[in-house]
Amino acid sequence: MSKILTKALLELADDHLILGHRLSEWCGHAPLLEEDLALPNMGLDLIGTARSLYTYACQVEDKNKSEDDFAFLRNEREYVNCLLVERPNFNFAHTILKQLYFSVFMELYWAAALNSDDEMLVGIAGKAKKEMAYHVRHSGEWTVRLGDGTSVSNEKMLQAVNALHLYTNELFINTENSDTYISKNILPDRTSFKANWQKKIKTIFKQAFITYPNNNDELLGGRVGLHGEELGHLLASMQSVHRLHPGAQW
Amino acid sequence: MVTHTVSERNQTGIINDDKALAWATASNVLDPEIPCVTVGELGIVRDIELIEDEVTVYVSPTYSGCPAVLAIEMAIETELLKVGFRPNIKRILSPPWTTDWISDVGREKLRKFGITPPVNASSKMGLFGKVNVECPRCSSNNTEKLSEFGSTACKAQYRCKNCLEPFDYFKCI
Repeated sequence: MSKILTKALLELADDHLILGHRLSEWCGHAPLLEEDLALPNMGLDLIGTARSLYTYACQVEDKNKSEDDFAFLRNEREYVNCLLVERPNFNFAHTILKQLYFSVFMELYWAAALNSDDEMLVGIAGKAKKEMAYHVRHSGEWTVRLGDGTSVSNEKMLQAVNALHLYTNELFINTENSDTYISKNILPDRTSFKANWQKKIKTIFKQAFITYPNNNDELLGGRVGLHGEELGHLLASMQSVHRLHPGAQW
Repeated sequence: MVTHTVSERNQTGIINDDKALAWATASNVLDPEIPCVTVGELGIVRDIELIEDEVTVYVSPTYSGCPAVLAIEMAIETELLKVGFRPNIKRILSPPWTTDWISDVGREKLRKFGITPPVNASSKMGLFGKVNVECPRCSSNNTEKLSEFGSTACKAQYRCKNCLEPFDYFKCI
């Protein structure tokens, strides 16, 4: 195993940590008490998966490193999450759509990862896939409720689709680092999920009276460390305690 | 704290087998978030290896982000130290923990505590799919889901439309 696998694992781990942190930002701000519990709880699932992946990356690359080094001591340009997950929460409809896009993708991804030749990844996938099934249901049901709700909620869902859809293509692109491990049957091939992902999203959109965008607009860059300004703000807040007290333990 | 060595403890005749003692000690730790059931009953303790007084306990976390995982591991470690073992906790992810591993005794204890035990696999459910969840107090099936996520990651919030009491449902994974 090598540093290349670490880099490929970091793409997955960063997606989960950043989206998990975005969900935690809803704590105390959600529109309903139930959602105030639901969103941070789903954030916990994502951060838990990120921790397993970072810990695995440490075992692969450098046993002296810990998950905290990856999460708290890297700068924006070293983060390799896709742009979708770092998008700010903006409003509830945006958050729900972002969750839907990501969780439908990850449910397919983890299901495929169950057939990986890497035992550790199979273990992480087994847990994560079950959790993703819940996330898909949560965001799917809300997408339908909002899309098929009032004219205001429908309008907000349409605005969310306009704002976020162009970030979804990045989910289906394999990086050079992961390519090595796809051919070895360790990591799943991201391109293979596109048809099923679109099918599922289209089914939900139809129920929600949302038109699936026909254009091929895309915005990329996250996997090579080119992020939006908002990631810097997120990291500043997420990393501040750790950086103030380096190496602190309790 | 009174510390016995394993052999001293065995001479008391409580449990006449080191491995069984280690297993019982580890299994009897209570879940910190649902203190009516033990981690053994929840199926979190998967296996135990014993070489002289060094015991390796294999534990399987329930949810990836469950904040109780660390507390459970530390509690198991402490209890094993108390009876004279040298504990070593190993976290295993595969096969993933499932609610099917909760024992019948555990399920009954959950119900008595006011938490409806898991019914069937949710991952097969479609959008707006319904699970038949029974009220832990009046056993009515006339219940409704309030929220997919409750006080902890592993529970959902329900309300009984018969006795009007809200209750937790231990989700199926």
